[in-house]
Amino acid sequence: MSNSRSSAVAVLLVCAALGGCATKPASLYQWQGYQNNVDAYFRADKLSPDAQTQLMEEDLQKIKASGGAVPPGYYAHLGLLYGQQGKLDQFAQQMQTEKKQYPESETFMDFLLRNFKK
Amino acid sequence: MNWKKYFKVLAVTASFLVMTGCATKAPPFDYTAYKESRPRSILILPPVNNTPEVQASYSVLSHATRPLAEAGYYVMPVTLVAEAFKENGMTQATDMHATPVDKLRQIFGADAALYITIGKYGTVYQVISSASVVSAEAKLVDLKTGKLLWTGAASASSEEGRSQQQGGLAGLLITAIIKQVMATALDQSHQVAGVATTRLLSAGTANGMLYGPRSPNYDKN
Repeated sequence: MSNSRSSAVAVLLVCAALGGCATKPASLYQWQGYQNNVDAYFRADKLSPDAQTQLMEEDLQKIKASGGAVPPGYYAHLGLLYGQQGKLDQFAQQMQTEKKQYPESETFMDFLLRNFKK
Repeated sequence: MNWKKYFKVLAVTASFLVMTGCATKAPPFDYTAYKESRPRSILILPPVNNTPEVQASYSVLSHATRPLAEAGYYVMPVTLVAEAFKENGMTQATDMHATPVDKLRQIFGADAALYITIGKYGTVYQVISSASVVSAEAKLVDLKTGKLLWTGAASASSEEGRSQQQGGLAGLLITAIIKQVMATALDQSHQVAGVATTRLLSAGTANGMLYGPRSPNYDKN
């Protein structure tokens, strides 16, 4: 299952890459498994918060290593995963990083920092 | 099945599709309010699900960030948005959608909100075969003024890649998905939801979303 999944992902990536050449602008962001991780979070029965956190951290390293841009919400979602494991320092740190990278998030990040820190 | 009959059905269906395609070409959308508003950030509310599939709302939601971010907008982190509503005692998307815009603006600080409604999600049994079909519509609303900025609708089906006529990237993707993944019906629906959501929310399409300020195409709409 995971094998056929990853080969499907590979095919999709190749298609996306080819499509990308044929059409207009390149991606603004490196997504890695972000959408799958968001899906796993909502389904809640696929992976533990700890395993989700690890995937997000690994992908983050890949994004940084490739010099790509981290997508909107990435740090904030990672912070949420830390928060759910009681790691409030890391929760706050990720919210600050999101805010720094995306000033548009300031109001919401501050709301979260006020309400979930306690 | 008799092959001649099969092709006849296909031909009729195809020509029907072509004809309806021409007939329903929509008039250009009026972007006046959208262009005046110039939203930088978008709050995607958890979609209202008008289908019996429980997973539909979050399935579509998990696909929605990417096309909007790639269009050049900051997208409020969808998981935290959902949690924030939950913390305030709201679990039903219909309640979230009914929240006054000034309240949304106050908490999330977004310039605009996107309201998605899912009309179809899952397996539809048809004459020739069954298909996974997902369709959704969306409206974009200015959170400062409450003005409607944009509306759109899109759908996708696991069957469309099989007729080469549809072609294009989406067709390729669908074919690849079907060939590569021995997916359960629900996983397949989730993939089809990704295609439908991307169609619905990508910028640079006919009557679609406009590019946002983080895109190099901003103001070239």
